[in-house]
Amino acid sequence: MIQLRDIWRTYDVGGRPLHALREVDETLVDAEHVAVMGPSGSGKSTLLNLIGCLDRPTRGSYQLDGREVGDLDESELAEIRRHHIGFIFQSFHLVARLDAVANVELPMVFAGVARRERRDRAQRALAVVNMADRADHRPDQLSGGERQRVAIARATAMGPKVLLADEPTGNLDSRSGRQVLELLDELCAGGMTLIVVTHDPNVARRADRVITLVDGRIVSRIRGDDLGEVNPYIAFAENAQDAQAAENAENAENAEHVQGDESAEPPESAEATENARDSGQIEEVAETGAAEKGARA
Amino acid sequence: MSALDVLRFAASALRGHGLRTVLSMLGVAIGVAAVIMLTALGEGARRYVTDQFASLGTNLLIVVPGRTETTGGMPGFGGTPNDLTIDDAVAVLRRVRQIRALSPVAMGNETVSFGERSRQVAILGATAEMLEVRDLSMRSGRFLPTGDWDRGTSVAVLGPKSARELFPGIEPVGQVLRIGEFRMRVIGVMAQRGVAIGVDFDDVVIVPVATAMRLFNRTSLFRLLVSVRVYTEIEAAELMIGEVLRDRHDGDEDFTIVTQDAVASAFSQIFAALTAAVVGIAAISLTVAGIGIMNVMLVSVSERTHEIGLLKAIGAHPRQILAAFLVESIMLSAAGGAVGLLTGWLAIEALLAAYPGFSAAPPAWAVAAAAGVSLGVGAIFGVLPARHATRLDPIAALRG
Repeated sequence: MIQLRDIWRTYDVGGRPLHALREVDETLVDAEHVAVMGPSGSGKSTLLNLIGCLDRPTRGSYQLDGREVGDLDESELAEIRRHHIGFIFQSFHLVARLDAVANVELPMVFAGVARRERRDRAQRALAVVNMADRADHRPDQLSGGERQRVAIARATAMGPKVLLADEPTGNLDSRSGRQVLELLDELCAGGMTLIVVTHDPNVARRADRVITLVDGRIVSRIRGDDLGEVNPYIAFAENAQDAQAAENAENAENAEHVQGDESAEPPESAEATENARDSGQIEEVAETGAAEKGARA
Repeated sequence: MSALDVLRFAASALRGHGLRTVLSMLGVAIGVAAVIMLTALGEGARRYVTDQFASLGTNLLIVVPGRTETTGGMPGFGGTPNDLTIDDAVAVLRRVRQIRALSPVAMGNETVSFGERSRQVAILGATAEMLEVRDLSMRSGRFLPTGDWDRGTSVAVLGPKSARELFPGIEPVGQVLRIGEFRMRVIGVMAQRGVAIGVDFDDVVIVPVATAMRLFNRTSLFRLLVSVRVYTEIEAAELMIGEVLRDRHDGDEDFTIVTQDAVASAFSQIFAALTAAVVGIAAISLTVAGIGIMNVMLVSVSERTHEIGLLKAIGAHPRQILAAFLVESIMLSAAGGAVGLLTGWLAIEALLAAYPGFSAAPPAWAVAAAAGVSLGVGAIFGVLPARHATRLDPIAALRG
């Protein structure tokens, strides 16, 4: 059971507070499947990292199975991540030099599970994700879908209660993506709480509930089934993106001036913004922009 | 996480970057091999010199004209207020009862020729007592005749090399050779002996001391070689000789008495200084190697930010991450150290095979220090990168 009470997460950016999360109140029961949606920079990843104990709230209370996470020290947090949390990433994050089974073993290595036992458990976890026959393949010998399945095996190897997935299908074609989602559904049905951060309504629709974040605030909670062809998130997202695009253009222009390049032509600046929006790096700029806007409001 | 797991994990990371691992190991290996080889050479040289002194017998005293404040070194080439004469030598021999044997020595270089062959050779003026003082032995003929030291007869004793060079295929004893303007009859050839305190007894011509002084037109001896009866009487002999000579030189202390120990310890000090210099150079090279390792580890940390972020996400404790990276850098430098030790050892073996007479072995402390330092280098220069790794923000590390 995950209980978030009035959670704020504030970063200090250049001396100004930047609220990545504000007033987040949410309760997730065991074996629940929740999707988190929202535009870039709305605080989805921050929320995921917080629930995953990689980060601590600046304000508010986060209780995981009744334990107050904010009070725990670094090593206790590591302990919780080790035994209770499984992470799944968009870019898999497999260790390139280790084969599939060694990657799955990795959490157990750090947890001090004996060699023979962890090999057995890793093999079993790989069997669950249907990758037993590829156990000795290195990541570069596997397809994207296969890599993500190995990553899921790794995330579940320690038998966590909470599975956190950040755009798990973002780098996959639709067929492998569907396989991965079905796998996650099965794990959830098996009793794990599953939280999926996604942009994709087709992914979010599978969840029991869909939470939408904008500017670090939860703006809507709906049932996954209700996420129809038209949904509030899309509207929000579009508005937010437009607002951010304007903000970005402004920022880019400012940046040009700061660099002292007085001769910069406005079209160039617009182009820079365009490029910037395409590159992932700008997520942060967007986040900053959104937060500033929020701060002003 | 067991120690074995930490080792295994670090090893897999090192294997992941084979070339980089080998190159940074090389830095440490070269440093360690240099320490081993250079200290072995220094130690070999020191041993060689020590052995030379030991072969002379430890109950030897050398009186050198001229005054030096320092002990040791090779004094006696400076100006001298009073000559050290054959009469001084006679007086010392008479009045110092601890003396077993004494030989005055004059020295110079002169062209020695026989027929068409001529050769620049060290000429040693000595007396019959030289045979006993320096423990020389003859191959053929006899040594200088005993008798009055002031009588300069025209006879010569050859070192084996000089004999070989001047009389190829001819028995030298009985032949007459020329030393400068003088004709001398060869009366003996010495057995093989080798270099001792700067004099190569193999390539030398020994003539009576009075002859040598006439030859070089000198009034002062080069030195007195004195052997005492018993080692424990060296100090007493030294005092007595000093007294006798001061007496004869109007109270001037215008001579220096060098004991075997002083010379040996002077050489020892020289070699100790050389070794210290070698160690200093080695320390610098190991420091450079250490910085190389630090650099490689920093690159490794920044290259593996994703991995470190992942390790944090799967619940690796900061201490475990620190240990993994520290062990990695220690393995790197220790492996380099091992390669260096092996290389150094092989080089020494090769040297010994090439020069069987030379005994060179790295002193135990150098081996221990090289091994210890190579481990230490990894530990010290691994701390900074390892701390970088543990302080990495997992959220930032996992992004992208």
